[in-house]
Amino acid sequence: MIADALIAAAILAVALATVAARGGFTAVALFIAYGLLLAFAWVRLGAMDVALTEAAIGAGLSGALLLGAASRVARHPVTTDRPPGRAMTAAIALGCGGVAVALAAAMLLLPDPAPTLAPSVAANLGTTGLGNPVAAVLMSFRGLDTLLESAVLVVAVIAAWSLAPEGGWGGVPGPAQPVVGDGPLALLARLLPPLGILVAVHVLWIGKDAPGGKFQAAAILAAMWMLAWMAGRASPPSVRSRSLRIAVAAGPTLFITVGLLGWLTQGAFLAYPPGLALPIIMVVEVALTASIAAALALLVLGPPERRA
Amino acid sequence: MTLALDAFSLVAILLGLVFFAAGTAGLLRFPDASSRLHALTKADHLGLGLIVLGLLPRAEAVGGPARLIAVWLLVLVSSAAAGPLLARLARRQ
Repeated sequence: MIADALIAAAILAVALATVAARGGFTAVALFIAYGLLLAFAWVRLGAMDVALTEAAIGAGLSGALLLGAASRVARHPVTTDRPPGRAMTAAIALGCGGVAVALAAAMLLLPDPAPTLAPSVAANLGTTGLGNPVAAVLMSFRGLDTLLESAVLVVAVIAAWSLAPEGGWGGVPGPAQPVVGDGPLALLARLLPPLGILVAVHVLWIGKDAPGGKFQAAAILAAMWMLAWMAGRASPPSVRSRSLRIAVAAGPTLFITVGLLGWLTQGAFLAYPPGLALPIIMVVEVALTASIAAALALLVLGPPERRA
Repeated sequence: MTLALDAFSLVAILLGLVFFAAGTAGLLRFPDASSRLHALTKADHLGLGLIVLGLLPRAEAVGGPARLIAVWLLVLVSSAAAGPLLARLARRQ
């Protein structure tokens, strides 16, 4: 109870500090701490899958993306024409306050006990062959949501690439990284990737019966690629590379194909044939992990800016 | 036997927390980047090591202790690498 109160107080304090921070870099550092504290809160609520995703994607990957954005903005400061007037400030405060009040009201007005589909998920878990109810919801009962989540990453990569500067198209994404011969970074880039790949495979595989799964595994894989890239040991391919494009699109494409086959053979989009659900889900999970990892890494790298 | 193990866990975890508190105090109070990093990494290594040591008897037999030790070793490697990286950056600025 005391621990929960401390975590809740820390989350509020760090959230306020993030909003109040003057510098972009400070705000991002606080936002990463906020994400990690939020992961603690999810652990305390017993939602391990959400906690893992929050730590990997919410704090880790979003933190890396925001750090990149903050350093770009710091290099090219944005000059606003004029500071927002009093009326604008009041309108922003009113809008934010309204959203907060509406959210709080929605939470407080929930019926008691809150509506839940957990019993029906538990009753139908057997049809998927999965042991982790969260994985069953993500890959079977609400498979469409997961399909859209993974497809939106492909769109995000296309959007990031379309920001290529003049003459950058067809080049290599991200700034050039000199090869680091020795020192701590070179050591990490040699030591961690084999371990990280092992952990990612483990996280992906246990996801069918325990907390884990493709998004968490993909975030670890992307981090390992970024580590090797930062040490100058793995240069990303050009955005023209066919294999890179296939890697990004293969997972969602396979998922859509499986969905269409379900529609043809079972009469419903994303319906799995009885008895074959588990193998199909695992094949789609593996393909999605590879595509999500490539997409996440490419988002961190940013638009193509230099010649291959 | 369980009482002795519990007492061992309690003492080790409390000692670990002392190191974390000392490291945090050092991070807040020390004057420059190098000494702050020194306080932080020392506290992380020893404090987390002691907490892991205290949790070992309480871990589930199948893979639990191994995972705890793996977590400690990974934190050791990453902060041993991140500390010098940050120190170099701080010296250059």
